[in-house]
Amino acid sequence: MAQMTMAQAINDALRLELARDEKVLVFGEDVGKNGGVFRVTDGLQAEFGESRVFDTPLAESGIGGLAVGLSINGFRPVAEIQFFGFVFEVFDMVASQAARMRYRSGGRYHSPITFRSPFGGGVKTPELHADSLEGLFLQTPGVKVVIPSGPYDAKGLLLSAIRDNDPVIFLEHMKLYRSFRAEVPEGDYTIPLGKANVVREGGDVTIITYGAMVHTSLKAAEELEKMRGAKVEVIDLRTVNPLDMDTVLASVKKTNRAIVVQEAQRSAGVAAEIIAQINEKAILHLEAPVLRVTAPDTVYPFAQAEDIWLPDVKRVVDALTQVLDF
Amino acid sequence: MSVSTSVEQAGNQEPLQILAEDGTVVRPDLMPELTDEQLREIMRRMVFTRVWDQRAISLNRQGRLGFYAPVAGQEATMIGSEFAIAKEDFILPSYRDIPQMVWHGYPMYQAFLYSRGHLHGGQIPEDVNVLMPQIIIASQCAQSTGVAMGFKLRNEKRVAITYFGDGATSQGDFYEGINFAGVYKLPVIFFSQNNGYAISVPFEKQTAAANIAVKAQAAGIASTRIDGMDVLAVIKATQEARERGLNGEGATLIEALTYRYGPHTMAGDDPTRYRTGEEQGEWEQRDPLIRFRKFLETKGLWSEKDEEATIEEAKQAVADAIKKADEYPKMKVSDLIDVMYETLPPGLEEQKAEYLAKESK
Repeated sequence: MAQMTMAQAINDALRLELARDEKVLVFGEDVGKNGGVFRVTDGLQAEFGESRVFDTPLAESGIGGLAVGLSINGFRPVAEIQFFGFVFEVFDMVASQAARMRYRSGGRYHSPITFRSPFGGGVKTPELHADSLEGLFLQTPGVKVVIPSGPYDAKGLLLSAIRDNDPVIFLEHMKLYRSFRAEVPEGDYTIPLGKANVVREGGDVTIITYGAMVHTSLKAAEELEKMRGAKVEVIDLRTVNPLDMDTVLASVKKTNRAIVVQEAQRSAGVAAEIIAQINEKAILHLEAPVLRVTAPDTVYPFAQAEDIWLPDVKRVVDALTQVLDF
Repeated sequence: MSVSTSVEQAGNQEPLQILAEDGTVVRPDLMPELTDEQLREIMRRMVFTRVWDQRAISLNRQGRLGFYAPVAGQEATMIGSEFAIAKEDFILPSYRDIPQMVWHGYPMYQAFLYSRGHLHGGQIPEDVNVLMPQIIIASQCAQSTGVAMGFKLRNEKRVAITYFGDGATSQGDFYEGINFAGVYKLPVIFFSQNNGYAISVPFEKQTAAANIAVKAQAAGIASTRIDGMDVLAVIKATQEARERGLNGEGATLIEALTYRYGPHTMAGDDPTRYRTGEEQGEWEQRDPLIRFRKFLETKGLWSEKDEEATIEEAKQAVADAIKKADEYPKMKVSDLIDVMYETLPPGLEEQKAEYLAKESK
């Protein structure tokens, strides 16, 4: 097995799928010769040629439209939105076109598009690059939203996303691109969409989280165990639409206490939806209210404030302490 | 070359006309090659479509149809352009472009189910190369590039044709679409039916450009302006645009000048609020059916009997299609949930169960 960064693991998945399925096309701004602004598509154009891996004009809706047209004509487009803060430029194509294609045509057409996009805080970007906008797509029936927390998951989830017959938004946290390496198997493997992963087992309290916050949550879990011996279970959702509530509810019924940690703003979104569903399906199992650790309800902050704005280990530990001591 | 005569980088040029309003041929050099049978078929389709439109309006008023955008006045652009493409070419229509869909093979009863808001209206038969009518203005322009790129990648001799109005050419997706088509040299026909109004806003308030055709210059694609009330000019320009696409010469923007006689849609639009009766009268003088009928009558290819037979045929076809639409099983919410994803996520399975219980009562 090779040690890879998440950027390399995504590149590996794209290479594998381009080689395996000639219907797969990779395109977006700077993804061709330049290999993408994060080098995630590095070397792919040289290997597969300009008809399979190509640069587009600088127009996100045009990219989305191209993807929609290709998808109904037998292709599997992997379209890159250079930064997810630009998704509003292509919102119609994602939410009103691709997401509705199967529904609108009663199943006659479908749009097997993967919209790849970097997002996530902590890397001092200008505004509208780092925002966590996944919550918008929990209220967009027809799409799936996948957010890997590391290299192994990124490769297996991306292969599943490209092979999925519905549009998938695949969000790549910028801070995770090169912050660590992990073992990634060579060759083909998939991780199913819509299935969460219990990354740390414990019987006293559950953290439900995803993306970069998985690592923050794991650190908080270690710290809490050192502090007071409490065993924390950590669930990495992997897919935030659809949510794997079976895994979440099984854990909550075991631990009777839970918090949700997300980098996104507080209101609506993933944490709110998970808490609503726990309330509907497991309220009698709860010993304490389910708390949220989130960013505040502002737009993503300017770079100088982002380290304070983002949820950190201390805030997660505080929330865990609150639900344990309730 | 015929291409340079009708399709060119456009300035503020006069729209191409082959058939004058009195039915005489003014550009015999550009006359499309059509057999007598084909000429008769074009007339048949235009008359049929006008009768169908009148019936649809009346059915709407009786509450027997839902959303409907009248087409009278635009028969030449609709029928002529569809006639000029092949069955394997792919149509990306807007909501008024139901006639092109039907003449391309989409069954009329499904058009009526679409109008009524039934799921089956969207279930285009597998061998019919059309997409559902687009609601978001100009979105189809940006999607046509993907359909055309697919043809190009597979080396298929097919083109994509997308329809939109004059208002659509103000949208970003129109520019993004023609620009992508230019960059990748894609076989797309961007067919703009310029009927002078985007609902109520007149063309001169839509753009400071001299016309729509000049907008092609910014994208480096060819364009042409044509008299959209002249079905022969429509056919000629569409044939040439198609040939250009098939020959690897890229996309063409066609601006066809036309007029919708009726309201924007049957949902309460009143054109007298923004157009004069005088203007409408002037356009009716240019009517595509009258003009083409005169042309055919002088050639002895169309008679009063043909006209009457076509009117009867259309009335019968509409009646049959409405009957079939009436008989089609009622749509259920559970059917709609089933087509949200290929495989239903567990949360939606639960929600479907709620509706199945409701629907079984």
